[in-house]
Amino acid sequence: MLETKTLCPDYQFIQEVESYGTFGAEACFQCRKCTNGCPVAFAMDLLPDQVIRMVLLGQRDTVLSCNSIWICISCETCTTRCPNKIKIAELMDGLKEMAIQAGIACPQPQIRTLHETFLKNVRKRGRVFELGFIQKYMFDSGELQRKWNNKELRYDLKLGLKMAAKRRYLFKPSKINGKDEIREMLAYAFEKKNKP
Amino acid sequence: MKVAYYPGCSLEGTAKDYAVSIQGICTRLNIQLDEIPDWNCCGATSAHSINHRASIELAGRNLNLAARPVQFGLPHADLLVPCPLCFNRLKTAALALEGDQQEYYRITLPDSIPQIWDIANFFAEDNMLRRVAKHIKNPLKNLKAVCYYGCMANRPPEVAEIADYENPQSLDRIMENIGVTAIAWPFKTDCCGASQVLSRPETVSRLVGKLYDMAQRVGAQAIVVSCQMCQANLDMYQAKISDDWGKRFDIPIYYFTELIGLAMGEPDVKKWLSGHIADPFTLLRELGLSK
Repeated sequence: MLETKTLCPDYQFIQEVESYGTFGAEACFQCRKCTNGCPVAFAMDLLPDQVIRMVLLGQRDTVLSCNSIWICISCETCTTRCPNKIKIAELMDGLKEMAIQAGIACPQPQIRTLHETFLKNVRKRGRVFELGFIQKYMFDSGELQRKWNNKELRYDLKLGLKMAAKRRYLFKPSKINGKDEIREMLAYAFEKKNKP
Repeated sequence: MKVAYYPGCSLEGTAKDYAVSIQGICTRLNIQLDEIPDWNCCGATSAHSINHRASIELAGRNLNLAARPVQFGLPHADLLVPCPLCFNRLKTAALALEGDQQEYYRITLPDSIPQIWDIANFFAEDNMLRRVAKHIKNPLKNLKAVCYYGCMANRPPEVAEIADYENPQSLDRIMENIGVTAIAWPFKTDCCGASQVLSRPETVSRLVGKLYDMAQRVGAQAIVVSCQMCQANLDMYQAKISDDWGKRFDIPIYYFTELIGLAMGEPDVKKWLSGHIADPFTLLRELGLSK
């Protein structure tokens, strides 16, 4: 639950957020349909409707450091059901991008590591090489260590061996001719600071 | 019939079984899948989560490649996409690159691009249902299943261009066409947790367990999917999720293409199914649908 405190509204913040994409957040009338349909609301520190409210009130630090923007799974249920056509899942993405650019510590570091590891993998060859990506992610995110500590690794190892026996992995990564194009594309996208 | 085909990265790896079943039934149905030359990753969840520009441009490059004339002929009219996330990203990119902010991106689309099809919707078209019906040798009578659509083939409806997004029917129609009883259930489009299987496995356990539980309660013997991410989450961790829930879930997760192949009497179906983790064979044997 949110603690009670006095807020100082900053109505400029919404302009900055909306420059990251046209989300239409100002149309929110707090019906909470987004939150009611959200499959992962149980894990969020700010519910989806509260994220939007806080954006409208210009509570920059609160929204950019909440775990909700990272917990959001992009299932698009909220965007689909919003009676005011606010692109809520897309807004969550915009806020993640803003949080990274503002250098705010990610409350769900393994999720951020997952996305970054994935894109680094795409950058190498133009396509994702699952085996390499998953291994790198497990090490870099600390998930391997966590699973080891919680004795959860056995299931994963057994599953991995089973998958390998069933030839469900690609063992030799595929590479595309346009990989330099992809590399340049990603480099440019990460250099640019703003969105339309 | 020839269509352009964008398999996506996972169909080269963990979803190879989906890829071979698609190839198998398309060969039998005389549909030629022309893979887009030199296609790249669509960017998936990771690109749109942390870099909007990258998500549009990565997917956009594929649309450009797909719009090229084939050899010396015309470009393809249709682009078939088996992975619902790739489908969603390609559709999103097409909207952005044809929209009023197209100038912002460094990819320009030609005047016309092929129609982008989610594979389940493609096979649920009347002409495709008829085409499949002609090849059916063993209708899968007695098999009762729920169809699970997941998120990305239907949402948001403006992107997916779907009318029945809260209660989609494509897979149900495909199943009824091959003799399967498709049971109505409320969780057709509830999320499986997708990539959080790696970053927050407990979330996936909670969401997928709910799906198993409801599927069993409505009397389904199997769950039918068209998304390889859903298939992975429902198939690979079933034993683990059973432990988490303290309940035994024992429910095969079939790709709709595998069941079409089975109904058409394809000789390789057993090989396709052998990639599954949750036992796909016992049920089929019990129902007399496979030896």
